[in-house]
Parts: sequence; C-alpha cells; structure tokens
Amino acid sequence: MRRTIRGTLASAAVLAVLAGCSTDVEEPADSTATESTSESEEASGDEGEWFVQADFDEQDAQRSATFEGDEAEPWLQYIDGEMSDTSEFKSDGAKKVCFANASVSNPWRQTGFITMTQQLEALQDKGVISDMEVRDAQDDDNTQLADIDYFISEGNCDAFIISPNSTAAMTPGVERACETGKPVVVFDRGVETDCATSFIHPIGGYAWGIDTAEFLSDNLEEGDKVVALRILPGVDVLETRWAAAEKIFEENGIEAEDFFTGADPTEIKKIITDALNQGEVAGVWMDAGDGAVAAIEAFEDAGVDYPVMTGEDEMSFLRKWEDTGLNGLAPVYSNFQWRTPLLALEKIFAGEEVPKEWVLPQTPITEDERAEYLEANDGMPDGHYAKFGGEDLPGFPEAWQDR
Amino acid sequence: MSTATPSITTTETQARPELPLHQGSLGSRIAAGLATPGGAVFVLVGVLLVSIMVSNPNFTDPGALIRFAGRTAPIAIAAMGQYYVIVSGEFDLSMGAVIAAQVVLAGNFIGQDEGRIIPGLLLMLAVGALIGIINGLVTTLLKVPSFIVTLGMMLALSGLVRYITGGAASGNPVDAFRDIGRGGIEDVPVVDVIPYPLIILVVVATLSVWLMRRPFGRTLIAAGDNPEATHYSGAPLWSYKTRAFVLSSLSATVAGILLVGYAGVHPSVGAGYEFTAITAVVLGGVVLGGGRGWVLSAAAGAFALELLFTLLTSLGVPSTWRDTVQGLIIIAAVAVSARAWQVGRRPRRTTPTDPSRATHIATPSPNQPSTGATTGEN
Repeated sequence: MRRTIRGTLASAAVLAVLAGCSTDVEEPADSTATESTSESEEASGDEGEWFVQADFDEQDAQRSATFEGDEAEPWLQYIDGEMSDTSEFKSDGAKKVCFANASVSNPWRQTGFITMTQQLEALQDKGVISDMEVRDAQDDDNTQLADIDYFISEGNCDAFIISPNSTAAMTPGVERACETGKPVVVFDRGVETDCATSFIHPIGGYAWGIDTAEFLSDNLEEGDKVVALRILPGVDVLETRWAAAEKIFEENGIEAEDFFTGADPTEIKKIITDALNQGEVAGVWMDAGDGAVAAIEAFEDAGVDYPVMTGEDEMSFLRKWEDTGLNGLAPVYSNFQWRTPLLALEKIFAGEEVPKEWVLPQTPITEDERAEYLEANDGMPDGHYAKFGGEDLPGFPEAWQDR
Repeated sequence: MSTATPSITTTETQARPELPLHQGSLGSRIAAGLATPGGAVFVLVGVLLVSIMVSNPNFTDPGALIRFAGRTAPIAIAAMGQYYVIVSGEFDLSMGAVIAAQVVLAGNFIGQDEGRIIPGLLLMLAVGALIGIINGLVTTLLKVPSFIVTLGMMLALSGLVRYITGGAASGNPVDAFRDIGRGGIEDVPVVDVIPYPLIILVVVATLSVWLMRRPFGRTLIAAGDNPEATHYSGAPLWSYKTRAFVLSSLSATVAGILLVGYAGVHPSVGAGYEFTAITAVVLGGVVLGGGRGWVLSAAAGAFALELLFTLLTSLGVPSTWRDTVQGLIIIAAVAVSARAWQVGRRPRRTTPTDPSRATHIATPSPNQPSTGATTGEN
C-alpha cells in the first residue's frame, strides 16, 4: 500500500511539473488568447473570434494601395495617413535608445534583429544614436513588462522601441513608456493604445491570408483538400492570417483543415503523413514558413505528387520550392520592418513628422521573381529571409551569413 | 492489502517449488501474461490498430503501416530508455532536452560535410553518455532526487540550446546523415520499404530484452523494488542506477539521430518527449517507483500512445486535445496498473502455512519481487 501511494504521489508530481513546463513552451502567447478574445467577442460566431470584417476589408484594400516614398527603399515607404508631429522631440546629439524585444526565438526575428543591429551601426556612424540597450523578454509577457519598467526607471533612455510579445498584456507597459514624454516606437505586433509616436508594421495578417488563400483557391478545384499548418494559437498576427484564409477557403469550397505544429518539423511531418493516409492532399497552407521543408519532405516520403503550397520568403522554402518545382507562392511578412524603428527615431529627433501608423508594403514573392531573390541571397543560411532589406547596410553580407 | 499477498519468507521451509511463472502450458502462460498490465498493453495495441483500420481503410495498406512503425521508432526507443530509469525507481526528465541538444549538435557539427558523419555520431553518443553519467552520479552519490537532478539537467540543456540557436532552426545536416532517420531499404515486396528507424528499433529492442535477462537487468529491477535489500545483497546501487541513466540518455541520443533524419533541425524537436516517454512506460504497465514491468511493454506503450493519437486524428478530434488525452492516460494508467499489480494476476503458490500472519511482520512492503520483469514470454 505504501508503495502504491508513493508511486501515485510521484506520478502526480511528474504531472504537475511537466504540465507547468509544457504550458510555458507551447503557449507563450496564452494571455493574448484569453484577453484579446474578450475584446473581439462580438465578432464571434461562424466567422471565428479573430475575424473582424472591417480590418479584413481595410487590409484587402491596402494590398493594392499606393505607398509614399522610394520603391528602392521599401522600409521607408508608408501609406498616406495621419502624421505625428515630432517637433517637441527635436534635439541634437547622439541619443540612447532602449529596445524591449519580445524574443529572437524564430528565424524571422533573428534575421530582423541582425538587420536592426547593422542599421544601428550605420546610425552610430552618422552620430544619430550613441547606444542601443536591448532586453530580450524570451517570449514572456511578464519579463517584457519588467524590461520596460527597468528602462523607464533606470535605463537613462532617450527613446523607446518596443516589439510587443502580446497585444493586450503589453498595453500598460507601452502606456507607461509614453508617460515619460519620450518618443516611443512600437513595431510588429500591436498594442491597444495609440499613445506611441509611431506604430510600424507591414500591412498585416489579413493581407497574408488573402494573398495565400486566393492563390491556393485559384490553383485548386472546388472540394480539394488543403492542410493548414499553424504555429500556435493566440498571437494576433498569426490568427488573422488564418482567419482571412479560412474565410476565403470557405467561399471557394476548399476543404481546409488546420493544425497547430509549434513549428516542430516532427509534428509537421506527422500531420501531413496522417492526412495523406486519410486521402489525397491537394494543397498546403502555412501561417509561417518555418518547417515548410519538413512538410514537402512528407510528400516525398509518401511517394505522392507535390501539393500546391504557400510557405514564406525564408530561404529554406525558396530553395526547396525551386528544387522540387512545385506550384507555390512565398507570402512575405516584411522582414525589413526591423530597420524602420531606428530610422523613424532618426526622423523624430530631427523633428520630421512620421506616420502615426506606419504601414509598410507587404508583397509576396511569386515563382517568376523567385530566381532573382535566390540569386540576391546566395550564400545566406536557410533561416534567412529574402526580403530582409539590408543589402546597403554595413557588414553585408557577412553579418547575416555568420549567425 | 498485505494479508492478501503471499510472501517469500514463508517458502524457506519448503523444497523449492516450481516458479508459478513456469507453470502450465505456453498458451496459459501467455494468457496469464496478457492479463497483467505489462501484457495488456499488447492487447491495447491490437485493439487500437483494428480501430484505426476500421475508421480509415487506407491504414490497412502494409506500406502505410510500416511507415507508421518507422516514425514511431524514435518514441519507442526513448520509452525503452526511460524504462531502465523508471524500473530502477528513478525518473529521467532530461530526455527531451537531450534530444533537442543532440539535434542541434548534429545540425551545427555535421552540417553539409559528409566526412563529419562518423565523428559526429561518436561525439553525439559521447555527449549522451556524459549526460547520463552526470545524472546518475549526482542522483546516487550526492543523493539528490533524480526528479530534481534531471529537471535541472533539462533546464540547463534547454538554456544551452537556446543560447546556441537563439531558439530558431539552423540548417539541416547533410542528407547522407539524415538518411539514417529518413531512408530505408527500398523495393521490398509487400511493404515497399523497410525504414532504417524500424530496423534500429528492432536491434535496440533485442539488445534490451537480452540486457534485462542478464544479471544487470535483474539487479536493476531489484534495486527499484527494494533498494535496501539490494544494497545489503552487495550490489553497488550507484553503479546500476548510473548505468540506467546512461542507457536513458543514449536512447534519447539515438532518438535524436533518428528525428534529425526524419524531420530536420529545430530546437523544438524533442519537446515533451520525456512526458511522452513516461506516459508510454506507464501505459506499458511499468510501475512508477520501480520494480515492475517489462522493457518491451514500454515500447508497446509508445506504439499504443501513437496509435491512439492517430485514431483521434482520423476521428476528427482536434489536435489541441492531445495534451489533455495524454494527461488523463498517465493518471488512469498509473491508477489501474498499481491496482492490477497489487491484486496479482498470476497463479499463486499454495503454501501449507497460513501466509497472512507471517508476512505481516516480515515484509512491510509485500510485493512479489520481479513479477512483472519475468513476463518474458508475452
């Protein structure tokens, strides 16, 4: 009896510990899921809790919008709209920037952070910025709030850059940074306040979903099956990609089934293999390209035809896409946006106005353009993103090659 | 409870009776074995397999089945590794982190250089053995509970992997290396292909059965069942348990090698493997706390678990339920197997003396030693 109890206690302890760990690993954006749901709950129903028709329509229109600025420098382009007056921030001398980063836990963020570091070097040479202090929150809301508070109280910062880990949870942190009266630039994922001097982001998740789902729908027949591979639930920029795609698949009679993979290639391969065992899979949709190669390999290993597929502008996908000759599209969540926050601060300290909401272009790479991007990024590692936009920065290409 | 269970102490006065496990015909022995938790898992595998075939006729194709077996090989190998540690009364929570570390090591060290495959494999095995030795020695010599030691190892390795990779994938190692986990013997009649991972699984399983029938295996089970008695018998517990941890880490390393081939490099490969391995071991009827269970039941537990997930998928249950299912299984399996072993499904020796009184004082922990371990005929 004693042994039984001991065994049961031990197993209970295993459960407790492992449950704790696995929540951390698999649901870093947990709080986003719960909190943001309440915000958009009136939109629930058949269309899903993340779908907001107005945002869908807006981003759909922005896909064909005219962008101000030089096309050769897409990281400075923006859609005409409300501008922030920054004359109060105008001042001379090199400034200290404090950057609260959500994480560098995926290749997209790693590539972007390298670009940002090289952009910093360029601005330091120009004497605009003296130093950038970076805190990495490692995908944790609480850590990032602490990082922001540290910057406010002890960072001696002249400006803040925040790349929020999650939307709702980071809102108070951004508000506190705004209250210091110093310029605040938010980029990538958004927050629920417009106190920031500029909020920089590419068009968005709906545009991604529309581009990809329209491509698949155009290339598939009604009734065809699509496997949708999603990284994790609860992050707005990922949820909206799927929300838009799901709607378009439904409208076109495409049978899409979605799975969460955690970007784990083992999981991805299992899911595709299981789906192939169930029947023919005509298309693969991904909410991010990380793991695309594993998905394609699952088709190879099963000895069936390649699917029509959308990945991302990650080099691993572009290369595998070319090798296999499958019919595909590489949607882009513009990685060059990592340059923009520092360039925005340069403008802000010069007293030039910047867009209040700085919407950057976001254009997929088609099969016709693929060769051009493969050549331009020759020698870059598999985790590199073709539209990283750092070709003119110091350290190119070594800084991106040796990571 | 103790009143219901016979004891060894009462048998001293008799001539050696035939062991109950060796009584009866082969058929009845198999039937008796299947009635234990360690045997029932094989029945469960059969039931799940039939259910999947009914719900998805494509699964009856031998090629699909053998591919399924191939892709389940890494988790089955990990489960057998975890078995050694659990049966000796400890835990290894560092397994998933070891896999992740080995996967990243393979990606970074071997890269695109075919000449580094052999050195890479040796390096990975050496690293695996070293991790096992550390886990084992800290547990046994420093007397830190294995739960804490391996939890610490898990965090240390995860941190290291995160530091090296920043949390994102680096490039895959060269295809020739990945072929170990991805390739197979082609053009085989009926099944089309025999995946290398399946062959490796069979080799590992055979070695494991052999090892568990050696004095090492017997002593390991005894160490889990009654560490004090094993200690007094003169067996160096620290050595046996350390070797169990080394076997566990090496199994994780082999699983890692197969997974790099199967899927590619990503720091999340292996995430949750320790949990899946423990679930598989428990589902295989191996008692947490040690001293009971058969090594192949652990492998069968892994197959049962994967079959269950496949069945849930083909029934259209969202994959988000997976963790919940796994959690419920581990609770249910522990509860059921603890009961089932206590009840004792084996034919009992009839002893002339009344065992109930004598045992009460003599053996406070009244379990039949090595019952589960000797169900070798299942």
